[in-house]
Amino acid sequence: MHHRYDVLVVGAGGAGLMAALYAAKGNVSVACISKLYPTRSHTGAAQGGIGAALGNVQEDHWEWHMFDTVKGGDYLTDQDAAEVFAKDIIDAVYELEHMGLPFSRTPEGKIAQRKFGGHTRDFGKAAVERSCYAKDRTGHMILQTLYQQNVKAGTTFFNEFHVTDLLIEDGRCRGLVAYELSTGELHTFHAKAVILAAGGYGRVFKITSNALTLTGDLMSIYYRKGLPLEDMEFYQFHPTGLAKLGILVTEGIRGEGGILRNDSGERFMERYAPTIKDLAPRDIVSRSIITEIREGRGVGRDKDAVNIDLTHLPREVIEGKLAEITDLARTYLGMDPVKDLVPIQPTAHYAMGGIPTDLNGLCLSDGSGGSIEGLYAAGEQACVSLHGANRLGTNSLGDLVVFGRRAGIYAAQYARQVEYPDMPEGAQRDSQDLLDRLRDASGKDNAAAIRKELQESMMNNVGIFRNGKDMEKQVGIVQELKARYRNVSVSDPSRRYNSELIEAMELGFMLDCAEAMTSSALNRTESRGAHDREDYAERDDTNWLKHTMAYKDLNNDGNVVIGYKPVALKGFTRAFEPKPRVY
Amino acid sequence: MTQMTAPTSTSAAPVGVLMLNLKVKILRFDPDKDKKAHWTTYDVEAQPGDRVLDVINHVKWYLEPSLTFRRSCMHGICGSDAMLINGRNRLACKTLVRDVAKNGGTITVEPIRGLKVEKDLLVDMEPFFDSYKAIMPYFINESPAPATERVQSEEQAERMAHSSNCILCACCTTSCPIFWVNGSYLGPAAIVQAHRFIFDTRDEATHQRLGILNQNTGVWRCRTAYNCTEACPRDIPITQLIEEVKRAVMYGQA
Repeated sequence: MHHRYDVLVVGAGGAGLMAALYAAKGNVSVACISKLYPTRSHTGAAQGGIGAALGNVQEDHWEWHMFDTVKGGDYLTDQDAAEVFAKDIIDAVYELEHMGLPFSRTPEGKIAQRKFGGHTRDFGKAAVERSCYAKDRTGHMILQTLYQQNVKAGTTFFNEFHVTDLLIEDGRCRGLVAYELSTGELHTFHAKAVILAAGGYGRVFKITSNALTLTGDLMSIYYRKGLPLEDMEFYQFHPTGLAKLGILVTEGIRGEGGILRNDSGERFMERYAPTIKDLAPRDIVSRSIITEIREGRGVGRDKDAVNIDLTHLPREVIEGKLAEITDLARTYLGMDPVKDLVPIQPTAHYAMGGIPTDLNGLCLSDGSGGSIEGLYAAGEQACVSLHGANRLGTNSLGDLVVFGRRAGIYAAQYARQVEYPDMPEGAQRDSQDLLDRLRDASGKDNAAAIRKELQESMMNNVGIFRNGKDMEKQVGIVQELKARYRNVSVSDPSRRYNSELIEAMELGFMLDCAEAMTSSALNRTESRGAHDREDYAERDDTNWLKHTMAYKDLNNDGNVVIGYKPVALKGFTRAFEPKPRVY
Repeated sequence: MTQMTAPTSTSAAPVGVLMLNLKVKILRFDPDKDKKAHWTTYDVEAQPGDRVLDVINHVKWYLEPSLTFRRSCMHGICGSDAMLINGRNRLACKTLVRDVAKNGGTITVEPIRGLKVEKDLLVDMEPFFDSYKAIMPYFINESPAPATERVQSEEQAERMAHSSNCILCACCTTSCPIFWVNGSYLGPAAIVQAHRFIFDTRDEATHQRLGILNQNTGVWRCRTAYNCTEACPRDIPITQLIEEVKRAVMYGQA
């Protein structure tokens, strides 16, 4: 089947829905394609808040937020992106409120704000209350509100459609191909502009806060065309996942006063970040927790967790402002944060890297200014390099609305100015080949088994602490798993809702993301932000103050070609010199 | 009834962890192959703290790849995996094995009721979302927005705490006997969504929504059976919210 829209959005989480809304305001026809139902996107799992210098509780300024973002990103953050972000997010939060988002309120009736890791006043002096929140279900409320507004705007949705290919020819995006889950049919979508906003790929790890659907599909499709993925070595582990399960426990828990404790009850963060303690950025807290565990001060049967302590907080704070995680702890661990210490451990959470874009969301094809005409990206899928080497808590929800909005605006503007490009011949051919190969393969290997090996080996070899030896081993493991993947067969021949086929396809996407990530990480011989190498413990600004661009070598499968892109070290009006990152 | 044997475990069991031997009985149906739905039972091992979704995933990944259901977040926020588990509507990812089965016991899993079964546990959600869309589920205030936020007190914001907690999983609506016999009833989830806007002090479309809920597909169909409240995985007091909407319709205001 064939469809035609001026602007197509892939993904219906926060970034996709914001992009769709703004594209629609640009007087162009818009459709949004999601492999789920829109209200089931993973933006809904974000809990703690969206940071913006509203100054509703304490004095605050966008310059402080920009500084925190740059420093939090260990100076790999592009400062022009950080400046645009820190200014735009203030307006964007008010806009969400005007869309009806039910924010928690201050006693004066303004949007309430609380502390979050790495957010400070006066350029690092002390923690500041910057995170706007709706209890601890801020992401859920952003997702619902943006979906509601799209219903109001009459956006067309194609639900449960999996994108299988992007149609790019001569440096111009012409549309895409998608597989309809209910019928098994391939659809061709012809478009003037396409916006990619399909989220991250946390499922390459065993312990993750990410949904089962976060398999890096569009990153892989981009990469398979010989186009670069930027800064894939920077992958964030959230310090507080529920022990064993990895389910997210918001940083808002520490923003409200929760304290991390080791087996002897010690508040160990005082040793690692004396100024802001438990509110240090995520990379630092995650490493601190793992260090405690490695040195034998962990809790639990396997001594592989630490505790978060809320017991000194009033019950109404725990059951009110932290109701969601209280419910999670009670449901999954049978523990009550009102009186019990809750065991947590770091969980794979967020990709700082992804499809490189400029400030308007336009996808870049190399490290020196080349781009793909008509193709945009936003959200976790994209790397405008707001987050640099480590994302601050709340800045993902901010990223979605600020850069989702910009992608929507500029994609619509572009679409108004151009005619429909010609469609490539045999637009569905590659997608058909992909599906046929999975359906027709005769191998006995099981996709689930390969996936499990991938997740376990990535966790062990490219996790929080890294070294060259383990990562070299992992390059080999990923190659071996890819070789086995070529023989994976799908046993269910049905056309109707063939979820076995979809899961097998997703595994192929995950293997690509793992490949780009592992090679990028092995290549970077320094420690910066979330990329921490035991064999190169120092940050090395002389050699490594640059972005990685990882390309698949199309002539030699499994080989990754690494290029670079300079970091934007200045914003439009402010610039922050790289300094040691102490808190 | 088919029986798949090949006992396998949902997770690599660490030494010393109690494992339960269970039967998982799943109602299967593929309209392209089957005249009617049929039960198939699978033998699995699981830990007491595993989610029912872990068990069903295990069956799909290692025993029966064609088994079809929806799932995504694995922790009760996306609302994809509403199912009838041991006769009650629940999210498979929020239901722990120990709460529904003992060692040697059986867990039964069926699709939620009242929506057309497309394949196995996966149902057609379109009628559910059509009801949602029918109540104008979006904020309406056409007066010019201020430069900052619209002021709303903590108490006024708290009025939306229950209704805005809804994840649209359909556990409530598909547990409602009125919905089963009368598909045109908007159902509890749509009324909860209406409540969310009717009681928002910033919204200006209260009367339009009350008009919709006063129609014969609306709030008066509710017979206060409480099934919805019992089924809600988010502990929303749905019956109470429906009663509040009824009162608002009756007195024409919120």
